[in-house]
Amino acid sequence: MNPKSIWQRLKNLSGLSELLYSLLAIVFALLIGAILIYLSGHDALGAYYHLFVGAFGSTYNIAQTLLKSIPLIFTGLAVAIGFQSGLFNIGAEGQLYWGALITAIIAISLPNLSGFVLVPLALMGGSLAGAIWAAIPGYLKSRTGAHEVITTIMLNYIATLGTTFLVKNFFKTQGPVDQTKTIPTQARLPKLIPNTRLTWALILGIAVVLATKFLLSSTSLGFDLKAVGKNLSAAQYGGIPARNVMVLTMAISGAVAGLAGSTIVMGVLGRFITNFSPGYGFTGIAVAVLGRNRPIGVLGAALLFGALEAGKVSMQLFTEIPGDLLTVVQGLVILFVAAPSFIRLFSTLLGRGKGLFANE
Amino acid sequence: MTENAVDMANITKKFGETVANDSVNLGVKQGEIHCILGENGAGKTTLMNVLFGLYGHDQGSISIKGRKVDIGEPSEAIDLGIGMIHQNFMLVDRLTVTENIMAGAEPSKRGLLDEKKARKEVEEISARYGLHVDPGAKVESISVGDQQRVEILKALYREAEILILDEPTAVLTPQEVEELFEIMRELRDDGKTLVFITHKLKETMAISDRITILRDGKNVGTVSTEETSPEELAQMMVGRDVVLRVEKNEKETGNSVLEVEDMNLHNPENNLTLKDLSFEIEAGEILGVAGVEGNGQLELEEGIMGLRDLTGGTIRLNERDISNFSTRERRGAGIAHIPSDRLRRGLVTEFGLDWNMILGSEWSEKFSRKGFLKQGEINTYTRDVVEQFDIRGTKGEVTAGSLSGGNQQKLILGRELTRDPDLILAAQPTRGVDVGAIEYIHKKLLSMRDEGRAILLISAELEELKTLSDRMIVIYEGEIVARDKTGEFSEEELGLLMAGKRGDNEL
Repeated sequence: MNPKSIWQRLKNLSGLSELLYSLLAIVFALLIGAILIYLSGHDALGAYYHLFVGAFGSTYNIAQTLLKSIPLIFTGLAVAIGFQSGLFNIGAEGQLYWGALITAIIAISLPNLSGFVLVPLALMGGSLAGAIWAAIPGYLKSRTGAHEVITTIMLNYIATLGTTFLVKNFFKTQGPVDQTKTIPTQARLPKLIPNTRLTWALILGIAVVLATKFLLSSTSLGFDLKAVGKNLSAAQYGGIPARNVMVLTMAISGAVAGLAGSTIVMGVLGRFITNFSPGYGFTGIAVAVLGRNRPIGVLGAALLFGALEAGKVSMQLFTEIPGDLLTVVQGLVILFVAAPSFIRLFSTLLGRGKGLFANE
Repeated sequence: MTENAVDMANITKKFGETVANDSVNLGVKQGEIHCILGENGAGKTTLMNVLFGLYGHDQGSISIKGRKVDIGEPSEAIDLGIGMIHQNFMLVDRLTVTENIMAGAEPSKRGLLDEKKARKEVEEISARYGLHVDPGAKVESISVGDQQRVEILKALYREAEILILDEPTAVLTPQEVEELFEIMRELRDDGKTLVFITHKLKETMAISDRITILRDGKNVGTVSTEETSPEELAQMMVGRDVVLRVEKNEKETGNSVLEVEDMNLHNPENNLTLKDLSFEIEAGEILGVAGVEGNGQLELEEGIMGLRDLTGGTIRLNERDISNFSTRERRGAGIAHIPSDRLRRGLVTEFGLDWNMILGSEWSEKFSRKGFLKQGEINTYTRDVVEQFDIRGTKGEVTAGSLSGGNQQKLILGRELTRDPDLILAAQPTRGVDVGAIEYIHKKLLSMRDEGRAILLISAELEELKTLSDRMIVIYEGEIVARDKTGEFSEEELGLLMAGKRGDNEL
């Protein structure tokens, strides 16, 4: 059987072609990454070996991979929820900052509560903060038409600087770093695997993924949300109050992004530190794109990005390749996913012929 | 025997798995008006786009005037003397007629634009074929009929010998259609070859010399117009016998279902204003709204459904004032809506059939419990409607977008008519739908009327209005210019009224 017919068969299995596309994008990105490593005078195979071992080589390494993917699960999901309703939430970064700060403040101010109350309370507070922050651009869009891309970007600045301002002036502990006190121990998320840094935040993330999947596929609200995203005119025709749905969608998206911040504070940092995020909210966009805005897809994409992140450390340690190279690989993955014609070009070059992606 | 102007042999064009044209042969004689007749989706436009170089083809060959050619781009087609007038005009609104015509083929004198020369040429061509348009007028200020003439002029200016017209009559009044036909005859008598794409039998019979019928991407036959009949053509198009005109019984009407009183509405997008529209529809009655498109039909439709705010007036449904109801409340109060733009409004094409069936009812008790969808209930309902309304092409997990136009319309019809409505707002219910489905939709609407429901029928098809309506109103620039029993309007009179000439039918 020639490769083309295998391809056609695989493509015919419903839903699989998108997955194939994403996998192919990853393969191509890694291939180009290998070429770059080779060109810079290093051993590509060795680099990827250390990358793989760093990501999956031991229980601890796997835990690291999972740990790195948690915030991306939340932010990726947040962006994907917005996308499903046609809203481009670039504000996950700002929403997670507020989520993180509010979670920290709740946990710090109620040190006498038991963990059973404090943990859910702090999580809810964080997601509520994210929801409110995201509802602002949703409201602005629905009432004035202000584009959410612009408003969420602007609100990101306000969020990072606003949280910094609050911490510096009201919640700062002694020391050179602008950070809050540590949260009480009972407010910290319990460890999932002993002797690792992985906490129950992972379970929460997976639960939110499943809940989102259920929301989108089996509820009236999910129906409205997707209808507004896929065909606003038809949604209005059916009597769906599209403006309210937009605000609500942004709020849901922001709530999930807020959890990214909450779980970092409660699971990793143990306190709020200003400017702690290396851009989880923005990487979330990439994760959502790679995951095709589907909850399960986002989970997979977040795991991949988490693995690259975790493997990067050991790759840098054992080879002399700069970790930035993996950022290039991440970028390439997105580039290939977002631009299918690249892949078509490659498959043509590889002689698998036209017609492979004739549907495009 | 004169040689053919166009010969397309064994043309096959695939879009992915879909075969749009399947080994189609087409021979168009020099100097004839050749009609390509077929239902929507039969592959008419695809075939012509292949000829014009907009699409490549997977198989077959094309000869122009006996010479084998390879047309990869529209510019190559134009060089071969082929011109195409598309369904959607490709004109720049802000430019003048002359500027539009010469764009891309500007005459120049020492590197400078020679607009005078262009204008003279345009005037010459328009005088020669009776294509009267003001060469200095801005395109945005001239009528749709005139814009179409500009498109034709554009092709002639580029010295087209073979003109392809893609559904040119869809946007015209009956009078404008007649004028277009005059021009087409004029062009033919001058030796030009015309290919006329349509799905309308009447026009085919009126204008063509020969007809090629396409069905499901295949050539079903080429016939001489003199030797055929509308019935035969319909049979060839659909593949079975078709009743072209459904019968309607006279019937007593009942209570007033819809009362619209002094409805006023302004649409800022096209600056159209509905002025003091008043009418009522009784149970068991079809009220037809005639008019050239863009004279307030869309605004009326959206105003009644609450998709656009009224600036004044009241709408009463079963004697209840619904003017301030939301769209959802209006649907809940008993209005079914078949929207004029089914792809934009009526369906979420990426959703499956099941979710499209419950669009607007996703919170209803029937299909949800506390915000959770009852997927089982939805599936059963979808299966029932698919069967009852004979919706085809539903095997497996298909999206609404993958259905043919006729089946999409049946899907909407199924959703809306099974909601037990008192009023059915049917806007362009058979637009872009094949002859077989038209028959079905007409019968369905009539049976709803006979059950005692009120129907507001907005249509651009005079035939349809005359077949179905009990009474008609004619609107022009947002106002009702005539109202009467359907039988009281002659076709000519309707044409004049639609063009804005007030008639003597009482107001």
